[in-house]
Amino acid sequence: IWQNYLDTTPQRTKLIDVFMAFLVVVGGLQFVYCVIAGNYPFNAFLSGFSATVGQFVLTASLRIQTNAENKADFGEVSPERAFADYVFGSLILHFFCVNFI
Amino acid sequence: MSDIIEEPFFKGSTGRNTRGVLRLTILCLIAAAAIASRLFSVIRFESIIHEFDPWFNFRATKYLVQHGFYDFWDWFDDRTWHPLGRVTGGTLYPGLMVTSGVIYHALRALTIPVDIRNICVLLAPGFSGLTAYATYLFTNEMTTSPSAGLLAAAFMGIAPGYISRSVAGSYDNEAIAIFLLVFTFFLWIKALKVGSVFWGAWCALFYGYMVSAWGGYVFITNLIPLHVFVLVLMGRFSPRVYVAYCTWFAIGTLASMQIPFVGFLPIRSSEHMSALGIFGLLQLVGFVEFVRAGVPSRQFKTLVTGFVVAVVLIAFAALVLLTVSGVIAPWTGRFYSLWDTGYAKIHIPIIASVSEHQPTAWPAYFFDLNLLIWLFPAGVYLCFLKLNDEQVFIVVYSILASYFSGVMVRLMLTLTPIVCVSAAMALSYLLDTYLTIKSPPEPTDAQILDAANNSSSKKAGKQDGIRSTREPLVGIYTTFSKTTVVSAMTAYLLIFVLHCTWVTSNAYSSPSVVLASRMPDGSQHIIDDYREAYQWLRQNTPEDAKIMSWWDYGYQIGGMADRPTLVDNNTWNNTHIATVGKAMSSREEVSYPIMRQHEVDYVLVVFGGLLGYSGDDINKFLWMVRIAEGIWPDEVKERDFFTDRGEYRVDDGATETMKNSLMYKMSYYNYNSLFPAGQAQDRVRGVKLPEVGPTLNTVEEAFTSENWIIRIYKVKDLDNVGRDHASAASFDRGNKKKKTTKKRGPKVLRVE
Repeated sequence: IWQNYLDTTPQRTKLIDVFMAFLVVVGGLQFVYCVIAGNYPFNAFLSGFSATVGQFVLTASLRIQTNAENKADFGEVSPERAFADYVFGSLILHFFCVNFI
Repeated sequence: MSDIIEEPFFKGSTGRNTRGVLRLTILCLIAAAAIASRLFSVIRFESIIHEFDPWFNFRATKYLVQHGFYDFWDWFDDRTWHPLGRVTGGTLYPGLMVTSGVIYHALRALTIPVDIRNICVLLAPGFSGLTAYATYLFTNEMTTSPSAGLLAAAFMGIAPGYISRSVAGSYDNEAIAIFLLVFTFFLWIKALKVGSVFWGAWCALFYGYMVSAWGGYVFITNLIPLHVFVLVLMGRFSPRVYVAYCTWFAIGTLASMQIPFVGFLPIRSSEHMSALGIFGLLQLVGFVEFVRAGVPSRQFKTLVTGFVVAVVLIAFAALVLLTVSGVIAPWTGRFYSLWDTGYAKIHIPIIASVSEHQPTAWPAYFFDLNLLIWLFPAGVYLCFLKLNDEQVFIVVYSILASYFSGVMVRLMLTLTPIVCVSAAMALSYLLDTYLTIKSPPEPTDAQILDAANNSSSKKAGKQDGIRSTREPLVGIYTTFSKTTVVSAMTAYLLIFVLHCTWVTSNAYSSPSVVLASRMPDGSQHIIDDYREAYQWLRQNTPEDAKIMSWWDYGYQIGGMADRPTLVDNNTWNNTHIATVGKAMSSREEVSYPIMRQHEVDYVLVVFGGLLGYSGDDINKFLWMVRIAEGIWPDEVKERDFFTDRGEYRVDDGATETMKNSLMYKMSYYNYNSLFPAGQAQDRVRGVKLPEVGPTLNTVEEAFTSENWIIRIYKVKDLDNVGRDHASAASFDRGNKKKKTTKKRGPKVLRVE
């Protein structure tokens, strides 16, 4: 599988995947810290954690939308449009996170 | 469904323009009709806030406009729930107030200074026009038929089920919430169809707005996951579902947590767990789909499917465990009573005591929705015929909302949008079929065979007609049948308009603050006792005089009389309400210390005996007793208020507990003096009252309104020489025996 993945995935998608992996690691670290140190400022934990989760999900959406195999499902969404949407979604997400922390 | 509808007129690009203009005109007219039909009460009476809850919203809006947003956000209100106060900023949904505040300032910036009261009164009609437009958009996403959207908008504009909560003056959360509900659903469908983050983010933003406006947002939080879950079960999972749902959930949950009243609830309460669960499920399914695309092995597929099912089961078990162990709050009573319909009546009398929380009767459906209610199943059936992602939404929504509206009267409101949409789909399908001038082509043999197969599975009634029109074989050839059907439908539609107007005018346009009655000659007589009494309170009592009344009138006293109250319609502290209930239902000697402890200055009771106004405090009295009994079962007993034969009476046969209760005494105090001796009549209960009226020792009558609806009593101060009030009062009345007995009473030792 791994070899197959390395062979077929375009460079840009790999970049996205690395970013997603990074987000998973950050989210996991936050969660572990929360478990160890307690969740006293619960809103801070929540906003940090949901920032990673939300960003992960949005990035996954971007990955899905820009994937050439999913062309049929997204007739109206070009990759450029997908990227603009991604920026829009991320901005809103970060606004709420910063407001909530 | 007819995919391409031939538009007989206006072909080509000029035709498109003309159609656009027509659409715009029709939508504007619908909005105008929606607004106009809600103005009955303003035109007939005056531009005031109705009902009880809106008075608090109005008061909060005034506070917002006067003090600005930040003060409003952390507003501690010390004029309600007297000894406790209320952290208002953290216990309300601020969407409604902020909306009207924004409108107020916008109009001000446009140099159109409008009083905030008028904005509050006319907010609901204004938003109903927007609701009609949102319904138009929503329906257009659902069907290709060009007329369905307009029909749905027209239905939504005037359907009484929605008008009942959005007449002018009803400044309640539902006023803007229904617009937000429909618009959020429109954005959701749009996001699902396009599969774009953009629409998903907008959906989340409007969902956040909806959360800030109404507690009914829980309906959305459960409906959208349910829709997605059904889609996944049907094997309709697609990347678009993933994109739309995950965007909505990630942003929408964060947005909903910004509202202080909601706070961490989306993480911690059971109502929101379905959304979280579906979010997790989608991640799994998305990952599995991804892996499956890479590995074309059948065994691997079954393995992975088994893995998904196992994870879901484990997650569900974890959820149950967390709920049982208390990390996640279980269902709140209000929601729980939707499932276990007998729950509220037994355990939480305060929920059951509200008349809106009763099950709906059948006539109510017809009364509120007229012809829509029988077109509604037909529309849902049509959705089954062509089951796309968005049609599944209609099916899920209609099933869920139908159930809820059957359990609780006030949830008729969430049913109305989907009824309008699906009825419009059914009707437009009929009209599309019968309004084409062209005859269908002659059928071929294959189609005849096909139709023969189908006809065996036909069902009776309305749906049969629709189904058969779907078959090309059963085309409509004669103009006569076309005109018959179309004119019948037109007649129904016209009757619908008449019905809606009649219902709105007669049933839903009466302000509860002002009671209207008819004189014998047909002229209108206004009974304005409420405002008379509140005005008296406002002008003749000190600024910080505490008023004790039953919680129904708390908001109105705060809004109109501007005096602190003990309890109000926001029933957040049950014990405090029970305290008031106990004070009202106990003997004077018991209730006087309670009133002293809570620094009560005035007591207000509503009495309808003179006028036959049935919503008075004697009729609500049993609920006070029940709520008080829930806290002090030893001191207040419901059984004591019934006679031996189990009757609830106020006349000679009333029990001693009833006659000695503070509520009874305050209601009937001096009432005998209105009538010739021995003929005092209570017009609500329809009974003759006892000869001798009750006497009051600890309170004195301060004000009684013109028709005796509102009676206000002042709580007496402590006696100057330290006697208890009963003996002081009887001394004043001269009840002391003439013959002074020398005998010493049994005194106790004086203890210093």
